[in-house]
Amino acid sequence: MASIDAALLDFQRLDRLAAGTSALHRLDPRAKVLVVLVFLVSVISFGRYQVSALVPFFVFPAALIGLADLPAGYLARKVALLCPFALVVGVFNPLLDTDIQLYLGPVAISGGWLSFASILVRTLLTVSAALILLATTGFPAICRALEQLGMPKVFAVQLLFLYRYLFVLAEEGGRAARARELRSFGTKGQGVSSYSSLIATLLLKTWLRAERIHMAMLARGFTGAFQIRQNYRFGRAELLYLCGWSALFILLRLTNPAELLGSLVTGLFS
Amino acid sequence: MHMADALLSPAVGGSMWAASAGAIAYSSAKVRRELDDRKVPLMGVLGAFLFAAQMINFSIPGTGSSGHLGGGLLLAILLGPHAAFLTIASVLIVQALFFADGGLLALGCNIFNMGFFPAFVVYPFIYRNLAGSCPGRGRETWVTVLCAVIGLQLGPFAVVLETVASGIAELPFGTFLLLMLPIHLAIGVVEGVVTAAIVSFVRKARPEILEPAATAAPAGGVWPLRRVLLGFLLLAVVTGGVVSAFASKDPDGLEWAIARITGGSELKARGALHQSLARLQDTVALFPEYDFRSSALKPEPAAAPRAERPLSVHPGTSLAGMIGSLAVLLLVVASGLFLKKRNLRKAYGIH
Repeated sequence: MASIDAALLDFQRLDRLAAGTSALHRLDPRAKVLVVLVFLVSVISFGRYQVSALVPFFVFPAALIGLADLPAGYLARKVALLCPFALVVGVFNPLLDTDIQLYLGPVAISGGWLSFASILVRTLLTVSAALILLATTGFPAICRALEQLGMPKVFAVQLLFLYRYLFVLAEEGGRAARARELRSFGTKGQGVSSYSSLIATLLLKTWLRAERIHMAMLARGFTGAFQIRQNYRFGRAELLYLCGWSALFILLRLTNPAELLGSLVTGLFS
Repeated sequence: MHMADALLSPAVGGSMWAASAGAIAYSSAKVRRELDDRKVPLMGVLGAFLFAAQMINFSIPGTGSSGHLGGGLLLAILLGPHAAFLTIASVLIVQALFFADGGLLALGCNIFNMGFFPAFVVYPFIYRNLAGSCPGRGRETWVTVLCAVIGLQLGPFAVVLETVASGIAELPFGTFLLLMLPIHLAIGVVEGVVTAAIVSFVRKARPEILEPAATAAPAGGVWPLRRVLLGFLLLAVVTGGVVSAFASKDPDGLEWAIARITGGSELKARGALHQSLARLQDTVALFPEYDFRSSALKPEPAAAPRAERPLSVHPGTSLAGMIGSLAVLLLVVASGLFLKKRNLRKAYGIH
């Protein structure tokens, strides 16, 4: 089944971005996680008709893509391809909220369109922030950072396990799905009954695999937590990174540089 | 039905994060205490399994569409509530990061909607009580379908509540509910049928897998009525708090937003325009009682002067906002390109 393989490849490409060597990649993951958190909170704390004040926040994804040398086109495609729930729900705004909020010359813009634009911008910002966090940090490092920030150990182990076996099981599932596709005729043979036995077989195989893994781990002295060498230190660079971005986000939250710049430009010409 | 960051207000996102983090901490402690060591790799690998299973589609007869397994209820049946909750939460975290399904702040909502309901509400209260310890095949099937349907009604219901309480989307509560629930009723039935088929397959092939979860804690024994009521009371208080915070805050937030749009300049009340706009709004609003803005904008002469504030019509500032946004966007893109160029130059040793 081509689509599963394609999805898997895409997944691995995103995963491999975290192996970069830029200064940003080398920062302690805790700083990166916290900065993204501050970013998200300041973005979603805007009122629902705000558009222009949100635009300067694009500086964060843009600067990070530049600094970490991430493939901008690939990330942009990924963000654009996602059709999140937010847009489907937000699309009703222009229909339901039709009072005029502002005029652009002769064109009247209703509150619904404004708030829809706001939802669109928010989606772009929050989705790209999450993807960039992953692409600059990597999943295991994020887990470790969350654990250091207070996440329960059991849950951290769970996340690392899930990540470790994700690719293995997705490949196995992809093979099973391809085998089913080769043996079916159109949609005949792809119904609920064959699907259920396929998934159940996959489940049983998974279960046996888990038992083997457990025995192998016991043989190597597993005591309920992964022992990981600490590679990172929360030093001056991390502090600077955290404080710098947080200060910028708070500044952008409190002022509206886009509008200031705009009035400057229009002031020049009038 | 992943809830998205863009629809959330910080208050709702924060409280749902707190609720989910609490549930994760509780479940982790519970799993750790009853530490059946085998469960640790099992949970992880089953999470990965769920992922793989969600990638495979099946065709739904008669509709021409296809669906895939959600898996919350299946995990609860296989692992018991606490381990299942942790597994579902971990899958949702991976989805939020790799596929940006939902978002990082919406994670709290998503974990609650898709993990808490199947693992801590539907499975212990409904599935356990109806299915008993060793159900027959027919009974198991209908109980599973019923549970899947209930779980997939509670989840979307919570999504609607969270969205409406956040107040970013305009969809009124009733309409939104009517959009979400029937769709998820169908999804729930399909999910239930598939889950029942998988469970019965597993029961035939390896019955011992289903033993531990069913015998770990007898139905009803672990959940005395007092604790259940306490839980629901707590839930009601949290919900009430969120909703009331929203109700009291929103008009101010809106006024603030309008002040920002107009650039905070002095507004003069223009009588005729003001009234015609208000009339327009009254005729246009489909669900005036759901429309929180109307209370803030409706012209009420007797009210405080802030209610008198008309809709702003300020072509100069809105144009400025537009141009400014475009300029900032250009600057941002340029700076990103510049940083990238510099990196490339550094990499190839060009100065």
